[in-house]
Amino acid sequence: MDKQSNKAWLYLMPAILFLGVFMVYPLIDVFIYSLEEGYNSASQTSFGVGAYNFSYVLHDPYFLQAVKNTFILVIITVPVSTGLALLISVGLASIKPLRELYQTVFFLPYVTNTLAVGLVFMILFKKTPYTDGLINLIINFFGGSSIDFIDGPYWAKMLVLCVYTVWVVMPFKILILTSALASVNQDYYNAARVDGTSKLRIFTKITLPMISPMLFYLIITGFIGAFKAYSDAVALFGTNLNAAEMNTIVGYVYDMLYGTGGGYPSYASSAAIILFAIVLTITCINLIVSKKHVHYSR
Amino acid sequence: MKVYLENLTKKFPSRDKKSKEVIAVNDFTFEIPDGKLIGLLGPSGCGKSTALNLICGLQKPTSGKIYFGDDDVTDLAPEKRGVGLVFQNYALYPHLTVRQNIIFPLENLKGKDKLSKAQMNEKALEIAKLVQIDQLMDRKPSELSGGQQQRVAIARALVKMPRVLLLDEPLSNLDARLRLQTREEIKRIQQKTGITTVFVTHDQEEAMSISDMIVVMKDGVLQQIGKPQDVYDDPINLFVAKFLGTPPINVFDGEVRGGKLYVGNDCIMDADTYDRKVYVGIRPEGFVLDANGPLHCKLGRVEVMGRDISVVSENEHAHAVVRSIISAENKLDLASDEVRFSVKPFKVDVFDKETEMRIHLGGANG
Repeated sequence: MDKQSNKAWLYLMPAILFLGVFMVYPLIDVFIYSLEEGYNSASQTSFGVGAYNFSYVLHDPYFLQAVKNTFILVIITVPVSTGLALLISVGLASIKPLRELYQTVFFLPYVTNTLAVGLVFMILFKKTPYTDGLINLIINFFGGSSIDFIDGPYWAKMLVLCVYTVWVVMPFKILILTSALASVNQDYYNAARVDGTSKLRIFTKITLPMISPMLFYLIITGFIGAFKAYSDAVALFGTNLNAAEMNTIVGYVYDMLYGTGGGYPSYASSAAIILFAIVLTITCINLIVSKKHVHYSR
Repeated sequence: MKVYLENLTKKFPSRDKKSKEVIAVNDFTFEIPDGKLIGLLGPSGCGKSTALNLICGLQKPTSGKIYFGDDDVTDLAPEKRGVGLVFQNYALYPHLTVRQNIIFPLENLKGKDKLSKAQMNEKALEIAKLVQIDQLMDRKPSELSGGQQQRVAIARALVKMPRVLLLDEPLSNLDARLRLQTREEIKRIQQKTGITTVFVTHDQEEAMSISDMIVVMKDGVLQQIGKPQDVYDDPINLFVAKFLGTPPINVFDGEVRGGKLYVGNDCIMDADTYDRKVYVGIRPEGFVLDANGPLHCKLGRVEVMGRDISVVSENEHAHAVVRSIISAENKLDLASDEVRFSVKPFKVDVFDKETEMRIHLGGANG
């Protein structure tokens, strides 16, 4: 190692140190815990090494429920929020009056606290002895009967969770997409207009490819974010998510560590590793698919 | 297809109450003959790009009419006019190959005009051969040089065989050598296809060299239309005279007194007009070295350009340094402080000091 690279290592030291202590070491530790059977964090002992933790987690009905919830959440909210954000951004880009007002309105959820938003959703959806909530009043107005969205049937609760998640993640996507749309050179649109290109074709053949890198970025981070969902569920249904059948994978990990029935770092680690594997797989699939459809200029 | 503009005017509303509305194109009336190459020329901000946008339909005129042949196209959308437009930055779709870019306009055709895939490819190849990019069909625009991108842009504009081809500053993104080449290329393509072509430029040399006709604009107002040489030799006013020609025309404060034209106390030629203050414009090639010549200048320096030499001198009545171009056969006494010229009368333009309009001198000035 020559002098030059010694210096380089010295400069990299602070970052390596912090990343090593707070990222790499815990990551490796999680792998180790996940393979140590019956690990006890107080005595730092375990019975042995094996795949039993994974087997336990994969057979735990709470975990399976959490996986199911997480997948439903991901499959619904990522396309819906991205699609809606795209529609709204295109709309914002094509109106002139009050654009700034709308942009502010659409961005509000981003700067609002999760728990505060949860409270608002409770008021909208929760059925109490005094009122059925605003949404139920609307349903009643159209002749439907009240549904308990917070403590009622599974689909109703899932619906609220999805609506909530879409609402919370959309502002950031709108922000990114609005700026992506604004950065497309107007000359492309003029050129297309002179050639008599239809609006739909301009959108699919010019606008979409032009903003595809940003769109792809949003889809990837959207997937990862949705798989890591937890606080949204807590904000709506409280901390006892297993009882509400609304737990997510991250929620399961948390419960295994600190929840009422917690204290099982090995099971928590196994669940975390499984989540990691799922996210990694989905991201790889995304990357492969994107090769064909994402166009980076230059 | 001949293009006729009739009282064409475009006003842009003012941004706020303090600023005035901008008249980008002010009452244009002129005819572009069929199959000619027209240079729309003027300093930046003179409204030439707006005029182009009006012709192609991307902007709507405030008043006035536009005719293609006998058709009134004023209210037609751009795609219905049959125009091809080449943008200053080419605006090639970066995610499509050269072939896909050229085919793009063809894919928009509907109904009876619809082409099969094979027909489209054939047309694209034909036009690509014309602009000599048929070897590059599968490349992306980012893999092409500026000149090649320019050709692709022209091919894309031509593939539908437009009635009128419009080019917005087509050469400004190219380096000097490529610019010379490409302007010849544009001329060649235009002559081969015979499509009426309008191009916008602020570079008078570019416009003069390839245009069949030039249209000189200033502040939205049409100044003069004509063949490049005619406009150069016979400018209508001081602006046009100053705008055309490199090196630019030399302008002096002068006076007509008793049928003679004076610069200071030097009587340089006859002038059969009434007495008044004038601007005297003398083209650089209008000077003749003459030991007994009437125009006295202080010798500055001499620039040798091979065939010619450029004599830079000073005169207290000139608006800038006086630059004259004379044949290198002339011998100049560089030790001398003074240089004396006589002038070629047909290279001297006289302008009224008040109106800046050209004063046509009979006889001597042809």
